Amino acid sequence: MSLACHAHGRRGDFRFDIGFESPSQAVAVVGPSGCGKTTFLHGLAGLLAESTARIRIDDALVLDDGMKRTPVHRRAVGYVFQDIRLFPHMTVEQNIAFSRPYGGDEMTVAQALDLMDLRGYERRRPAGLSGGEARRVALARALAARPRLLLLDEPFTGLDVKRRERLAPYLLRLRDEVRLPMILVSHDPRDLDLIAEDVVRVAGGVVDANA
Amino acid sequence: MFEPLSDFELQALGLSIKVATAALAVGLPLGLALAMLLARGRFPGRWILEAAVNLPLVLPPVVTGLILLSLFGVRGPVGRALHDLFGVTLAFHWTGAALAATLMALPLVVRPLRLAIEGVDRGLEDAASMLGASRLAVFVRITLPLAAPGLVAAALLGFARAFGEFGATVTFAGAIPGETQTLPVAIYSALQRAEGDQAAMRLAVIAVLVSVLAVVGSEICNRRLQRTRGA
Repeated sequence: MSLACHAHGRRGDFRFDIGFESPSQAVAVVGPSGCGKTTFLHGLAGLLAESTARIRIDDALVLDDGMKRTPVHRRAVGYVFQDIRLFPHMTVEQNIAFSRPYGGDEMTVAQALDLMDLRGYERRRPAGLSGGEARRVALARALAARPRLLLLDEPFTGLDVKRRERLAPYLLRLRDEVRLPMILVSHDPRDLDLIAEDVVRVAGGVVDANA
Repeated sequence: MFEPLSDFELQALGLSIKVATAALAVGLPLGLALAMLLARGRFPGRWILEAAVNLPLVLPPVVTGLILLSLFGVRGPVGRALHDLFGVTLAFHWTGAALAATLMALPLVVRPLRLAIEGVDRGLEDAASMLGASRLAVFVRITLPLAAPGLVAAALLGFARAFGEFGATVTFAGAIPGETQTLPVAIYSALQRAEGDQAAMRLAVIAVLVSVLAVVGSEICNRRLQRTRGA
């Protein structure tokens, strides 16, 4: 599998132009804080007003803002945010099934529940979940929407070493069983050892060619 | 004092409830649209819209009624057009009382809705978009349910204001028994009569009871909301 992504634009005064081509399915974008990693993900997701993105997976052009900008809700890009963002007024199952009217289906919801070991959690509320559990729900919710590319922003934030090791297998399932292309952003090199197959280093809003 | 309600009292109470309900039916959706515009919209002249919405709050109600009369009255430009085109007359008609009540209640409907919408985490809306929800779907499934306590507050304040409206109503719609003589107007009319004190007092007690019921109802709604949220 090959993955080629590019996004450029600006967020306020900060300009960025970041892109890569990789023969891998799981690519990590790393760099110091403020280098534009998260802004790059926002650009790919379409969450920035002034940005343009292009995504190619194998030979398929999955997204191209070049001619006409694709609205956020039609991008088929999954995003697991650093601050998780589960819907507080819905149960775990309602969160995961949120995308059902927009292309998800009953089976993907069931698969996502199974894959993230969330059976028994269906009727729980986000407020009652631990950090690791909430992350698994966020992963399941993104998965159930059947994205073509998954964006993970600091997937291990706020978890200690033991909990990191407990969460990592779930990300590996998405990588190796679902074969979902993914880009993960991190400031911590240890995350790369766990998940990523390829690394892109970013500094000052551009790819750091010297690294 | 404790006799059953007379026809006159029932008529005033029924009319007041009808007018306040109509004002809410128009004012809540309109207030929601305005609150959304003010909370999330980025457009020039936003402050003018905000000032216009709040104007009935600061103007003397009689002045608001006078403005309504000059615009929507039989000889006003809008009033004449409505009459000629649709055969609709608002002035000195219960629909006119409802219009006056809607306008007076609007600032109190918009404010809690706007605060509630501003309090909804934009990040949750982005997350819903990423899952495939259109802007309308995000509003219906995320923004509105999370702003629900504000909706309850807006409904209560709006109903109370519309139910109690007096100044703009008498000016624009008059005090026609059975048509525009709402509870507050009836209280005032009773006081104008010699020995009307007791009648006025009975009407006032009815007004207090309705208001207490409205507060209790909104409190029950709020508790339900909190429970379903598991917070």
